[in-house]
Amino acid sequence: MAPENTKREDTCPGKKKTLDVQSLDAKALDLAAVREEIASTSGPEYWRSLEELAGSDEFREMMHREFPKGASEWLDSFSRRGFLQTMGASLALAGMTACTRQPLEQIVPYVRQPEDMIPGRPQFYASATTLGGYASPVLVESHMGRPTKIEGNPDHPASLGASDIFAQASLLNMYDPDRSQTPVYLGETRSWKNFVDQIRTRMAGQRAVEGEGFRLLTGPISSPTLANQIQALLKMYPKAKWHQYSPLHRDNVLAGSMLAFGQAVETQYRLEAADVILSLDADFLSPSFPGSARYTHDYAARRNPDAAMNRLYVVESVPSPTGVKAEHRLSLRASEVEGFARSLAASLGLGGNAADSHFLRAVADDFKAHAGSCVVIAGEQQSPEVHALAHAINAHLGNVGKTVVYTETVLANPVDQTASLRDLTQDLREKKVDVLVILDANPVYDAPADLNFADVVLNSGAGLRLHYGLHQNETAELCQWHVNAAHSLEAWSDGRTYDGSVCIIQPLIAPLYDGKSAHELVAALMGQSTLTGHDILRSYWQGQAKSADFETWWRKTVHDGFVAGTAHPAKAVTPKAGLPPLKAAAAADASTIEVSFRGDPAIYDGSFANNGWMQELPKPMSKMTWDNPGWIGPAYAARTGLKSEDMVTLEIAGRSVQVPVWIQAGHPDNAITVFLGYGRRRVGRVGNGAGFNLYAVRSSDAPWRTTAKITPLAQTYKLASTQGYQTIETATITRPVIREGSLAEYKKKPNFAQEMEDTPERNVTLYPNVDYSDPNYNKLGYAWGMTVDLGACVGCNACMIACHSENNIPVVGKPQVVVGRHMHWIRVDAYYQGDRDNPSASFQPVPCMQCENAPCELVCPVGATVHSSEGLNDMVYNRCIGTRYCSNNCPYKVRRFNFLLFQDWETPQFKMMRNPDVSIRSRGVMEKCTYCVQRITVARIDSEREERAIRDGEIQTACQQACPSNAIVFGNVNDPQSKVSKLKAQARNYSMLAELNTRPRTTYLAEVRNPNSQLESAEHAGVDSAVEQG
Amino acid sequence: MSTDPTIALAEEDREIPVLEPGHDMASVTAKISDIVLERPLSIAWVAGVMFCSGIVLMLGTAVTYLFFKGTGIWGINIPVGWGFAIVNFVWWIGIGHAGTLISAILHLLRQSWRNSINRFAEAMTLFAVMCAGLFPLIHTGRPWLAYWMFPIPNTMSYWPQFRSPLLWDVFAVSTYGTISLVFWYTGLIPDLATLRDRASNKYIRLIYGALAMGWRGEARHWERYESAYLLLAGLSTPLVLSVHTVVSFDFAISIMPGWHTTVFPPYFVAGAIYSGFAMVLILVIPVRAVYNLRDMITEKHLDIAAKVMLATGLIVAYGYILEIYMAWYAGPKSIDWFTVHNRFFGPYAGPYWMLWVCNIITPQVLWIKSIRRSPVLLFLISLVVLGGMWLERFVIIILSLHRDFVPSSWGMYYPTKWDWMTYIGTLGLFTTMIFLFCRVLPMISIFEIRMLLPESHVKHAAESHAPAAQLEGKHL
Amino acid sequence: MAQIFHRSINLYSKASIVAVVLLGGAAFAGLFAFERSPYITYQGVTKPQPVPFSHQHHVAGLGIDCRYCHTTVETSNYASIPPTKTCMNCHSQIWTNAALLEPVRDSYRSGRSLVWSKLNDLPDYVYFNHSIHINKGVGCNTCHGPVDKMPLMYAASTLQMEWCLDCHRAPEKYLRPRDEVFNMEYKQPANGEPVSFDGKDYTDQKTLGMALVAKYHLRNVTDITSCSTCHR
Repeated sequence: MAPENTKREDTCPGKKKTLDVQSLDAKALDLAAVREEIASTSGPEYWRSLEELAGSDEFREMMHREFPKGASEWLDSFSRRGFLQTMGASLALAGMTACTRQPLEQIVPYVRQPEDMIPGRPQFYASATTLGGYASPVLVESHMGRPTKIEGNPDHPASLGASDIFAQASLLNMYDPDRSQTPVYLGETRSWKNFVDQIRTRMAGQRAVEGEGFRLLTGPISSPTLANQIQALLKMYPKAKWHQYSPLHRDNVLAGSMLAFGQAVETQYRLEAADVILSLDADFLSPSFPGSARYTHDYAARRNPDAAMNRLYVVESVPSPTGVKAEHRLSLRASEVEGFARSLAASLGLGGNAADSHFLRAVADDFKAHAGSCVVIAGEQQSPEVHALAHAINAHLGNVGKTVVYTETVLANPVDQTASLRDLTQDLREKKVDVLVILDANPVYDAPADLNFADVVLNSGAGLRLHYGLHQNETAELCQWHVNAAHSLEAWSDGRTYDGSVCIIQPLIAPLYDGKSAHELVAALMGQSTLTGHDILRSYWQGQAKSADFETWWRKTVHDGFVAGTAHPAKAVTPKAGLPPLKAAAAADASTIEVSFRGDPAIYDGSFANNGWMQELPKPMSKMTWDNPGWIGPAYAARTGLKSEDMVTLEIAGRSVQVPVWIQAGHPDNAITVFLGYGRRRVGRVGNGAGFNLYAVRSSDAPWRTTAKITPLAQTYKLASTQGYQTIETATITRPVIREGSLAEYKKKPNFAQEMEDTPERNVTLYPNVDYSDPNYNKLGYAWGMTVDLGACVGCNACMIACHSENNIPVVGKPQVVVGRHMHWIRVDAYYQGDRDNPSASFQPVPCMQCENAPCELVCPVGATVHSSEGLNDMVYNRCIGTRYCSNNCPYKVRRFNFLLFQDWETPQFKMMRNPDVSIRSRGVMEKCTYCVQRITVARIDSEREERAIRDGEIQTACQQACPSNAIVFGNVNDPQSKVSKLKAQARNYSMLAELNTRPRTTYLAEVRNPNSQLESAEHAGVDSAVEQG
Repeated sequence: MSTDPTIALAEEDREIPVLEPGHDMASVTAKISDIVLERPLSIAWVAGVMFCSGIVLMLGTAVTYLFFKGTGIWGINIPVGWGFAIVNFVWWIGIGHAGTLISAILHLLRQSWRNSINRFAEAMTLFAVMCAGLFPLIHTGRPWLAYWMFPIPNTMSYWPQFRSPLLWDVFAVSTYGTISLVFWYTGLIPDLATLRDRASNKYIRLIYGALAMGWRGEARHWERYESAYLLLAGLSTPLVLSVHTVVSFDFAISIMPGWHTTVFPPYFVAGAIYSGFAMVLILVIPVRAVYNLRDMITEKHLDIAAKVMLATGLIVAYGYILEIYMAWYAGPKSIDWFTVHNRFFGPYAGPYWMLWVCNIITPQVLWIKSIRRSPVLLFLISLVVLGGMWLERFVIIILSLHRDFVPSSWGMYYPTKWDWMTYIGTLGLFTTMIFLFCRVLPMISIFEIRMLLPESHVKHAAESHAPAAQLEGKHL
Repeated sequence: MAQIFHRSINLYSKASIVAVVLLGGAAFAGLFAFERSPYITYQGVTKPQPVPFSHQHHVAGLGIDCRYCHTTVETSNYASIPPTKTCMNCHSQIWTNAALLEPVRDSYRSGRSLVWSKLNDLPDYVYFNHSIHINKGVGCNTCHGPVDKMPLMYAASTLQMEWCLDCHRAPEKYLRPRDEVFNMEYKQPANGEPVSFDGKDYTDQKTLGMALVAKYHLRNVTDITSCSTCHR
């Protein structure tokens, strides 16, 4: 009923309640119906503008020519959505009263209702998501059989309830309407059965020759079951080979451990025990680092200035969140880090000769003083030698067993992936391959350019090339067969977390498109096509389970989400004597520039490229969305006259790519950092053509670091950063919106933050001075408030994606971001101060402040934003007429406006994904953070029914729940015993823009750093000045 | 001869009367009414109307597309939530002020020179208010619900939020519009009767007759007319001050630096009158040439109007300077000082300094009498001032919003083609109305001009005593 | 010169002033009424249903408790419509081949759900929770009307915001003891028939209401008229 829908959507922003009742149907939900709906909505209309963005050159050109003038109309003009919203408006205008008439809705109850299901109440299931082979344990919220939200699993040590952007966003990956929906043979839709028949004959052929011409290519695998299956497979085809490749491989980590111990081990860190941490280009606080959730938690736990604080030194070639948190940061080119590591080793008495430096001496002394309670962490992109040195230093200082632990590897069969892929291409070149099965990998897109994988595969003459994955991507294009994969929320599986413990992945919903799990595919290769993923998993664990009563054991394991006692025990290893031999690193000369390759902070290796949430997620340092400009340092920019948004050509070993540059504060000189994962051709309407493909210049011998010729082009390219102005040093003054000081200052004057701005007396206001503890005003006495600990926040953005997912926030597309219309309810501001080449930086998450004297409220002409008796600044979407006055009058600028119809009302997958407890906002309506009022309401009703008070911590806001560093704390500020009250009582608690007397309920804990007195004077000048400037 | 209008004039202006000699009752009546009744349709006029209504069509297009797509077609964003729409709204409302000022306040002050231009000014006011009133409606995200801003009993049993300045706007502007309309129409009645009596065509007589509401010019009619008119004048007078004061509250009430300042009400009102008179001149100067009314709208009128502009312009200048002073007084670390600094040197410094040139510097030439009396120069200066006043609103709204308290949220505002189409569209609407007005209604008040004739002075004096007395009564 | 208007016009013109006022008033009143009319609200309007289910028969006739079918009314925001299984619990024994019930049996056989028309349909931006209302002593028929006297079901109330607020602004007007919530015969206390609660007899709703408000810890009017109580 298109007109009906549109009429309702444009007049009253309401969630599609019809959805839940539809979903009441049959088991879980009526997949047939949904599929029909999916089929009926022919794709290309959705997010038209993004499609344009992807495809047409006109668009790029137009972006230069007249952007941002009139860019707004780009959003889905001429599209069906455009038409519908047009209809909506006209219908609404046609009759004002008509729009208050309810459309006829239907109720579709179960035929037989599952006994544990209570309509209207979500259920939570333990499962896991995987990234680069490593699993992260999660809880998945399910509304009537539809997974709607992913949280961390509080019972698992690798998560402790926290989650990261990749785990959160994998939800949208599952509902991605561009997912491959059927098996395909030479471009024709086929059935699974049809595939099985074909494969059977093929594999029979291979059986005869013992798998002579059979090659399996997978990504890194930690799943015990799958690994076990593959071993069985290799037994069946003894001459077959198993190759592994993922572009963001950890080859150097592996090589480093071989170099140091002569064997492959997993390195784990115990940061809760580390007083001094040195990172050698290791961004261990970023979500793509295995175990980051736990590491972030442990690191942040030591940031409390009233307890023993840790100290973080970062030597890095690419500005990273970890660098932001550092007490002392040394900005070196990637090639220089090894030199630093050797000098450090030398000055710690490990031999070799030390190039002395102020910084080096300070670190060395600090390490000597904290032997056994310090740790060196080397980054994945650094050379094996650096890893070996790190191992040597840790051993030398007696950190092993205390802050560093070595265990069995998490990956089932760790190999040098680059070499592995090289071998495969070699075999393909030599036409040795008859059957090539590519499992969840995309080498055609992300293999090193020098391997020419695409050509090789095409000319390999392999009789059967099979691609298995979520999308019909670049690789699928070059394979005869493509089999559509089931998402990890759709299928049974398992996987290991960074500490080795096994998580069980259980499906939350029947596969939307009958996708198969990797287990089922591998089984099919072994001629066991009838086995289901569940059978395979169960039978494997039946073999493993130590328990007599498997059934109970299995039920408990699935319920908990992980297999108890599978965490790898510590393993005693001793590093070889002596330091690794010096290898001559190709340093950049005058004519060249050093290039570092990195995975993209948001879309990883490209696998999240079709994920709107991730594309629009501002990257931690640059706040960039939708693109991957190369980073250059301010010094380099000054020397070459390059500006942000200038296009340059990078020439590396005869291959070249054009990419825009972005001046990133703190980036080393004469170096450029480029990010992989963008510029995809075949991933979907969101990701196609966004950004620039840097795999095109990446070579297998220098995957992370090389040198290049850089030549400026006489053209610019519009970039969409959500934070145009990245310093708090304005033209005339330093606004003390973020406040930090050194531990010494804190000891001297604990409330230094409060004194940076004068706060008016409570009674200095013309507003009615409401007493929120007065039972006649607020019966239950709840007054909700929040604190954000700037010391703990590592800018990982988990809160932003969590909020996006919890509150049905729309994705608006690049043109809209450029004109300043992104919709994030909570944003993480990044500020740089002082010397641009080595600035002091800070993160500040900013949700709605829920001011008690809310400036937005008194200017709204229709009373669409008003205060609740519990002190929430309610936003009533259905009352809003969109004057935007409230946003103008909001000093924190946390309100977001639906300038156009941003929300997608047609795509059925998205209807299923949405949180039914939060209204879906339509065009012309203001929206903002509500402290997740839907969660508050549920908790309050439950507590009232049970005639008890809401317990402290019972309500967690989405951002708080996701936060790995527990920087966000929410609770009842009327209760002096609540965690939040205690934090607000702390001396470093301050209100943003207190002078305005808005009396925000969201307050901040000023960041306190613990600098080394040897170095303090030199650095943090910026901060000190900022402190004085209060 | 205490009531000789020329008394009201300063010494050196004595040589130019407000009405050139050589007119009598008949000639005045004939001259003005013939423009409506006798004058043949000129190609130029038709062309003009065609052109302007074409622009109105453009406005229609822009608004239609706006309703279909949403306010996103404009350049507005977060932080700049208000763009051209509100700039234009304030600008038009301001222009609307001249009319009521001239007809009401000057009437109470018995400034008889107003008689020849008040009709015109009032018409202009009405049309300006029409254009202004359009914007608050269309700038909302969901215009079809804009009626929620009116206190209408409804099934939600929920009222508007009376603390919001936007709501005060709704009342202020609608009141102002209504009063101006009634005032204007009342003033028209005697002339409508004149037209009715002079018209030869039956239907035209019917129309004017209906509009004249059976006016027969009896003494009783005149007596009631006078008191009614005086009453309305009394009502409108406070409105002249209140409306733009309320409009200025939209900004003064908020906490945004550059908005939150107490000087806004007076200098908004002054600015309004400033731009109002500029618009009056822009309209009157060509009209008196085209319809050769130089003898009724004399250089004296231009001269006085110019002086008013000069005076109000200086008040506005005072306002600007005071803002800067207050910021300086608040101290170099204050957000206010930052705002001023941002205006001086920020990305929008161009428009800001343009504003000074247009509003403050240029008009200073009006100190020179010869310029005050040169129609061409006055016309040009008025154009500059109108542009300047538009810039003033641009500066207040966009420059204050685009960089406020939290640096991370700073942004820029670029108008789109739809912004421009809407703005120019209202200009078209305005001029179209003026064109029609010139043709179908007496653009100069016939009977009030008659009062300027020597022979009517005695009568006029006799009539005006009573009301004058009432007036005293009112003001005590 | 002849007059263009007949003198009678004077009368008409005067009359027209009155007319304008009257017409305006009438139009306003009309709109006022229309907004609340069943056309808009569906109040008292039955809708086509797959089976002509009679609450009168099942509730009054057979005395089945509300919660037998609407199982989650005390625990969830939805009262929930019973699955076909619930119908078949009885109808596999009685009326086993009544033609009227064929859709039910068919649904049970085929596994295809019955599709009912929604009667009490709130706008999607209103978040209503049954369990808390039941818990605070709001009777089923306070909102749903005399269900036990409805051969065919219809919405008894307008479900418009003013209707909600009528109670949220003065809950004591409607509350009843918890154990009476599902009682279809319950009458508000009157001098004739008092209602006993907490061992006291109440003869007027006002005092009873107040007692219940205190006993059941109802939140203040300021609380339950906060927007986020129903809108998010």
